[in-house]
Amino acid sequence: MNLADFFNMGGYAAFVWPAFGLVMSVLVYNVWSARSAHAEARRAAARRLQMEENRS
Amino acid sequence: MWTWFHKLASPPHFYRIAGKVIPWFSWPALLLILLGLYGGLVVAPMDYQQGEGFRIFYVHVPSAIMSMFVYSNMAIAAGIGLIWRMKLAHAVAAASAPIGAWFTFCALATGSLWGKPMWGTWWVWDARLTSELILLFLYLGFIALRSSIEDPQRADRAAAVLALVGVINLPIIHYSVVWWNSLHQGSTMFNPGAMSIEMKWPALAMLFGFMLYFGAVLFVRLRAEVIRRERNATWLKEELAR
Repeated sequence: MNLADFFNMGGYAAFVWPAFGLVMSVLVYNVWSARSAHAEARRAAARRLQMEENRS
Repeated sequence: MWTWFHKLASPPHFYRIAGKVIPWFSWPALLLILLGLYGGLVVAPMDYQQGEGFRIFYVHVPSAIMSMFVYSNMAIAAGIGLIWRMKLAHAVAAASAPIGAWFTFCALATGSLWGKPMWGTWWVWDARLTSELILLFLYLGFIALRSSIEDPQRADRAAAVLALVGVINLPIIHYSVVWWNSLHQGSTMFNPGAMSIEMKWPALAMLFGFMLYFGAVLFVRLRAEVIRRERNATWLKEELAR
């Protein structure tokens, strides 16, 4: 099997590649969004602590 | 045992332990998913009926199984949270929802991409497809309900009730291909003899990879939830200073 055949997927390229691409992008996006939620929670907590400190 | 359990459920401990276990999930997950991709796209022989088009199977079926697996996980956590008033359990439910919603979206979208060449249509209002779409709405409803209630404890409880009521949809999805005349094919993954070994192992690798991936992302989201819910400043201050 050569590379062109592989990318052609027996004529189903227009369906197979978007399906795999979509799922892999969703997986990457989920990691990114979870990590940024964690970073944002840390920033928000730091702000909250700072405000409490200023008040006292 | 119980003291160990209570210690684990205490926010500072949980936060630190969760941070340590994440790589134990994420690296095997990455390896298994890469293995599943290689196996599914290169090693597995093509299907005698569907040709190379059947390879969508390797992302569609694991996503669909995950959409239901994550929902059961979320509902069990929500139930534990309701009965024992455990905040960490509610946090697990809250952290699961977006991941599950994305897996459901993947199952629907890849199913659509598979349906077009095989059935000649992107979508039919058939029992399997419709019940899976309802699952997506249940996840979105759970997320929307949580964010619409200001008080976190009331939000936890209301969303937990919704999650538990939605469990009724899981057997409907699973048995939809048996109970109704469906365009969707029956289960091949758990039907012994339906698939050869070299066709099956990439799907199993992908499925276990997705499960470990879910564990890793869940723990990252849980750490965010723990910080968001924490009001005891001392350990947070120490943790943030690191």
